[in-house]
Amino acid sequence: MARQNWKRFKRERKNMNEVREGKKEEKRYGIKPLVIALWFALLLLPFNGLRAALILFVVLSISIVVCKFLFLYKKIVFEGLQTFHNKIKTVRVFSAPSALMIRSLSLIFLFIFPFIATDYFIDVAILSGIYIILALGLNIVVGFAGLLNLGFVAFYAIGAYTYAILNTRFGLDFWSALPFSIGFTTFAGFLLAIPALRLRGDYLAIVTLGFGEIVRLILNNWDSVTLGPNGISGIAPPVLMSISLGKLSYYYYFVLSLVILTVFVTRRVYSSRLGRAWVAIREDEIASSAMGINTTMYKLYAMAFGAFWAGLAGATFAGKMQFVSPESFTFMESVLIVSMVIIGGLGSIPGVILGATILVILPEILREVQLYRMLALGAGLVLLMTFRPQGLLGGKGVSLRG
Amino acid sequence: MLIVNYSSGISQDIKNLSIEYFIFASLLQNVISFCYNLYMLLQQLINGLTLGSVYALIALGYTMVYGILELINFAHGEIYMLGAYLGIILMVFFTAIGLTSYSLSLSLILTFLLSIIFCASYGFTMEKIAYKPLRKAPRLSPLISAIGVSIFLQNYVMLTQGATDKVFPHLFESSTVTFLSVSMTSLQIFIILTSAVVMVSLRLFVKNTKIGKAMRAVAQDKIMASLLGINIDTVISVTFIIGSGLAAIAGLMVAMYYGLVNYFIGYIAGIKAFTAAVLGGIGSIRGAMFGGLLLGLVESLGASYISSEYKDAYAFIILVIILLVKPGGLFGKAELEKV
Repeated sequence: MARQNWKRFKRERKNMNEVREGKKEEKRYGIKPLVIALWFALLLLPFNGLRAALILFVVLSISIVVCKFLFLYKKIVFEGLQTFHNKIKTVRVFSAPSALMIRSLSLIFLFIFPFIATDYFIDVAILSGIYIILALGLNIVVGFAGLLNLGFVAFYAIGAYTYAILNTRFGLDFWSALPFSIGFTTFAGFLLAIPALRLRGDYLAIVTLGFGEIVRLILNNWDSVTLGPNGISGIAPPVLMSISLGKLSYYYYFVLSLVILTVFVTRRVYSSRLGRAWVAIREDEIASSAMGINTTMYKLYAMAFGAFWAGLAGATFAGKMQFVSPESFTFMESVLIVSMVIIGGLGSIPGVILGATILVILPEILREVQLYRMLALGAGLVLLMTFRPQGLLGGKGVSLRG
Repeated sequence: MLIVNYSSGISQDIKNLSIEYFIFASLLQNVISFCYNLYMLLQQLINGLTLGSVYALIALGYTMVYGILELINFAHGEIYMLGAYLGIILMVFFTAIGLTSYSLSLSLILTFLLSIIFCASYGFTMEKIAYKPLRKAPRLSPLISAIGVSIFLQNYVMLTQGATDKVFPHLFESSTVTFLSVSMTSLQIFIILTSAVVMVSLRLFVKNTKIGKAMRAVAQDKIMASLLGINIDTVISVTFIIGSGLAAIAGLMVAMYYGLVNYFIGYIAGIKAFTAAVLGGIGSIRGAMFGGLLLGLVESLGASYISSEYKDAYAFIILVIILLVKPGGLFGKAELEKV
């Protein structure tokens, strides 16, 4: 052992000397890129066949060599970019827009959006609005209180199905069914939280995951109430002051107002006593309980309050689609919502909005390459996490400890 | 069905019979139904054991990775799926070049070896690309990265192998061993024995070898282990390689057992195996084995005695019950919280 270490030490010292003398530079074109390319080609071999593997090998080895080349001349390239950037800077006339200006401009844009966009875009916008409400709700649980919930879609499903059943069976309209929808969902949140909060960390995650799966299975199999896998169709869209919101642009404004409400309320709650208690629990549970915070109670509130928004989003979703089926509430959906929260930045409200919008719009943009879009989404998630592990807009404000 | 007919036959002739005969007959009926129930039970136990040993093999990968990195490796189920696919691809390939007709056992052994090697390389590469850059990131970021890998691998297999079911080439008849009227296919015996051997050797490996000792040390305290001269990167790589190899074995055996493979089998098996790992106490190797077996048994008994529609829910119900009684899982240590 000692002998090996000694050998390694000698080798490293030699390398260091070589680098210092500038000999090491040439070694970068060694056999390593070829080995990496060969490795990936071999990994591809059983699934793609020999030809694709060979093509990959050639392409990869060339691109790695090019990358290495660029890396060598990084300094030169970067300096060039820097001067270019400086030139742009001097050209710019306007001062940086203030936050207020950006906010009012984007609000104006959101209000005139239905007049300038086609139905397809409005549809996507409505969907992203619903997901923003959902993700903000989950953000309360995961981002504020630090409880990983992998079965959030169950609450969404309960909200949607409550409205669907009350509307088709009992003829209740949206506004009178909404309190039931939200109430049931919040109650379900309480119900799940009572046993689940005895657990910590990943145990909690797996129990919530199980809850999500159980709810989906019940929806799938309780034929007499939920009509099983066929789903419930013919749900009436909400009616506001004798105007049916079935029209896309009306529904857009409806969802937009709900989103604004959600953002407003979650912001206010975040900076209230409740929100500060959640953040304290997330940062250090023991310290916060020592400071007199009833941690179990506040965690319970977080679960229920998160579920509240999921219920709202669920009812809105049922009113939009006029159809619900268990297929819309799979585990993948839960994963998607968690991804929205984390991509945007845990606990950051603008971040979560951005994350939800990106994850709804990205698959729509990638529809061009239909087959490859999920492949690209997967690779995109990995890349994003590699380059910005704290999320797009995360990392500001409160620290997040492991 | 047989018993029902038998008892209705009795009730028709009942007036002509003496009371002793009636008692005898009802006794006989009870004995027969008991034997039948016992037979059913044993049969289901064997099915459950088969299923459970597959779950246990996958759960081991989850639990080992979690023990070292504290990461729920969501892509682990996909490695299992890749293993199943590799088994089919290799078997078809060997049939095409005529190796199977030359020697079936040789081609089976080669298939096993190659798919283990390939899956281990997939696991190794996955760790290097998706998890290694995120070692120091917030805890949930590697989770998203793992989900990304999972989506990627699923769609990669769907694109290259098609979205329809793949069939394992039908090359050998699996013979049936009958013992006390409980039948067991040779494949089932093979699955149970193989996983038992693999699990025992894994336990010996972790307990006795140098790298196994290093793995336990890293699981206990990463910083301290690295201060004592353990190369953490190597240990993590070895963990991924072993876990992926086990998943490959599980996938291959499932492909042989059911004969059908789909690109989304990894997802549900992954969730179940993770449940099994948590059930046994995540991070504990013994716990993962036991949890997997328990889960398989519960699932097959529940499906045959309660309702098969809720087959996937029993796992979670058992999990909730066990976690409520023992919040650290069956074999997990109660975590001491340090301030």
